[in-house]
Amino acid sequence: MIDRRVAAGAAALALAAAVAPALPAYPLTLLTQATIVAILAMSLDVLLGYTGLPSLGHAAYFGVAAYAVGILATERQVGLVGCLLAGVLLATATAALFGLLAIRATGVYFLMITLALGMVVWGLAFRWVSMTKGDNGITSIPRPELGLPWSLAAPLPFFYFALVATVLAWAALGVLVRSPFGLSLKGIRESETRMRALGYNVWLHKYLSFVISGLFAGFAGVLWAWYNGFVSPVDVQLVTSVETLLMVALGGPGTLAGSALGAASIVFLKNFVSVYTKRWLLILGAVYIGVILFAPRGVLGAFRRGR
Amino acid sequence: MTAEFWITQAFNGLSYGALLFLLASGLSLIFGVMRIVNLAHGSYFMLGGYVGLSTVWRTGSFPAALLAGAVAIALVGVGMERLFLRRLSGQTLGQVLMTVGFALIFQDVALLVWGGDPYSIPVPAPLQVVLTAGALRFPAYRIFIIAVAVIVGAILWLVLDRTRVGAMIRAAVDDREMAQGVGINVHVVSLGVFALGAALAALGGVIGGGFLGVYPGADFEVLPYAFVVVIVGGLGSLPGAMVGSLLVGLLDNFGKALFPELSYFTLFAPMALILALKPTGLFGRA
Repeated sequence: MIDRRVAAGAAALALAAAVAPALPAYPLTLLTQATIVAILAMSLDVLLGYTGLPSLGHAAYFGVAAYAVGILATERQVGLVGCLLAGVLLATATAALFGLLAIRATGVYFLMITLALGMVVWGLAFRWVSMTKGDNGITSIPRPELGLPWSLAAPLPFFYFALVATVLAWAALGVLVRSPFGLSLKGIRESETRMRALGYNVWLHKYLSFVISGLFAGFAGVLWAWYNGFVSPVDVQLVTSVETLLMVALGGPGTLAGSALGAASIVFLKNFVSVYTKRWLLILGAVYIGVILFAPRGVLGAFRRGR
Repeated sequence: MTAEFWITQAFNGLSYGALLFLLASGLSLIFGVMRIVNLAHGSYFMLGGYVGLSTVWRTGSFPAALLAGAVAIALVGVGMERLFLRRLSGQTLGQVLMTVGFALIFQDVALLVWGGDPYSIPVPAPLQVVLTAGALRFPAYRIFIIAVAVIVGAILWLVLDRTRVGAMIRAAVDDREMAQGVGINVHVVSLGVFALGAALAALGGVIGGGFLGVYPGADFEVLPYAFVVVIVGGLGSLPGAMVGSLLVGLLDNFGKALFPELSYFTLFAPMALILALKPTGLFGRA
């Protein structure tokens, strides 16, 4: 079953890679966006789906990395490797710090404290104007060059670049959740007390899951800054964190490929609906409510169980 | 940094804290009884403000606006609880996503009905005066906000601490199943508390409309503040909501005045610290 899901995901990626050259500019842009957001959703799934920790501040790590790239690429002309390292490391460090505060709490309290920590980052993005340019955001972030004949400034090469990054992230996370460590995380999700009784260091497992999740969210944030060329407090706000939760919930928590598909669905839905109607918030709100009412285990989960 | 600066900022912080108390006490009670993380609570504040605005336009009466806002939003809350949230009890993630869904819908409906322009709710003339003491200026409207919060707080405390209904609510906060077991209709208590919480938030919205204004985006702007108050004070605790509101009101004002660039940081960082040291908040119980 797991293999079938991997096969379906791989087929979707291969299809995307095959049709990309034939796509007009706008759908290609959305496809690129979907692959990057898929990394963010998969990173949250490690925490929510596999460890059972619903984080309401996941946009923080995404945003910290995106801001790091934005500032370094515009003010210091830092290139690919420097931006990537700085963004991912900063996001990981933020997660490592926040994890120390958050992991102690469980259930609703975990939700609350991650929300609060996410707001700390949003507050800095919004108010620390000399660093982040505040509400205006950081504009015209240049894309890096790989030293290849194809410039990443063009949409198609950048799409393939993002696609490769997504495949790498998917593979890494896939290995992680199938490893003994990943299985221990699932054990903690099912019964923390039992895992503790079996001698597992539950705190450490949860903490590492939190930090790894932040690391990959940071990876997505780096790509996002390059893709969008623009970073603003919107990228770190509460609604962005909640939207990521929706993507994971839609795809079915505990399935990486599901989270990725959930992410892609929301990206396409949001953008297509906003083309046709001004009332897209209304529709997005209805999607939130509909998902919870009619597919509480996620759309993939609903199909899988024949319900 | 003269004495006037400190007194003025403390007064502003106090009055803002009073407004936050109206918003957050309901959120805290709702959480205490139902364990629902309601991300649509800021929407009640905003919608209350808009309903109050329309009422003032129609009738010219500020008290009528307070009443209409509170009643209308209480009904919205009842509908949400009864039709949607009740079936999700115990599903934290489901509640979060569903209440966000409602918040987005409310945001769009408000935009559709009232448009994107900011408005201010006209307040009665007696509340427009400014009391002065030497170089110090105290707007009567801010004193009015503090008075309303004190009255609401006193009534809430009396009801919760001294009446049979209050005892039922406290029982439901402490142990929902046990309360049900001894014959308390927890469903009705939940519905009542949800309606009360929504009405208080709406009241805050109408009163806040008099000095902050009513505008799109107010919902998600006040929501974090309400959460900080509830988190700092402890979920489900009325004294916690009081202390938390004061603390947040003062921290926010002094933070904005002293460190404008880090003002949100000065608000959220102490909260993260309190949570790290005492995960259930200052007055909360696990």
